[in-house]
Amino acid sequence: MIELGQHAQYIVGAWSGVTLVTLGLILWTLRDAANQKRRLEELESRGVRRRSAKTDSPS
Amino acid sequence: MAWSRFFIWPLAAISALFFALGVWFAFFNSPADYQMGDTVRIMYVHVPNAWLSQMVYGLMAVSAVGSLVWRHPMADVSMKAAAPQGAAFTAMALFTGALWGRPTWGTFWEWDGRMTSTLILFLIYLGLIALWRALEHQANGPRLIAIVTLVGAVNIPIIKFSVDWWNTLHQPASVFRADGPTMPGSILMPLFLMMFAFTFLFALLQTLRMRTEIERRRVRSLERRHVAEGATA
Repeated sequence: MIELGQHAQYIVGAWSGVTLVTLGLILWTLRDAANQKRRLEELESRGVRRRSAKTDSPS
Repeated sequence: MAWSRFFIWPLAAISALFFALGVWFAFFNSPADYQMGDTVRIMYVHVPNAWLSQMVYGLMAVSAVGSLVWRHPMADVSMKAAAPQGAAFTAMALFTGALWGRPTWGTFWEWDGRMTSTLILFLIYLGLIALWRALEHQANGPRLIAIVTLVGAVNIPIIKFSVDWWNTLHQPASVFRADGPTMPGSILMPLFLMMFAFTFLFALLQTLRMRTEIERRRVRSLERRHVAEGATA
């Protein structure tokens, strides 16, 4: 481990805080995206579609 | 935003590469500062977050103009998607600044121009997030939020020039200066790598969050239609 001097706790604290918040932001964004995708798929599986959506009509 | 899928993986890869290089340079290939010692390594996370706290607000202000002038729905989506990220970047800038201030200035906090105006920026972000939650579904909600966003933009030049206008503990600009940065290349290298890493991360998250917001609106609209069709059936 690199020697960070007498103020190591401030350096480690700053980097740890930024890592936690950044990871939290990434995870929150991914979770929200997955939730919306799931809700959209649930609606479409129940036959609720946009009017502009292509339908699987027999030819 | 079907095109967004072409951007997501490249943005993630570029951001991850810059983060890996930035962390390596920050801890293993850059010197301690002659005055601040190793605490200079806090700068590699403080400055990118401070830069993004203002850049994100700039993007929101541009989107607010797009919302007010052209009434473009993507401008509203962009504003709403950016606000929580701006709040997070500003919180990280304040937090790392406080931890950097204690060993270098002897205090975590001082009510000087730069710190106070950055705290105000954080409060503005929180206010805008609250407004989106409260007013989004009202007829003129997005227009009102765009106006408040533009009023809040006045704070950005105040943050930028606070170190020139008032006597502050915070040092004057040392990176974005007309006559170039005042730091040696060995310190600028990890700083720029981390700035690129966070900027690409923001581009990635903004793309993802805008796409998610569009899907949220689609879900809401489909649910409304489903309920209406159920009521008339």
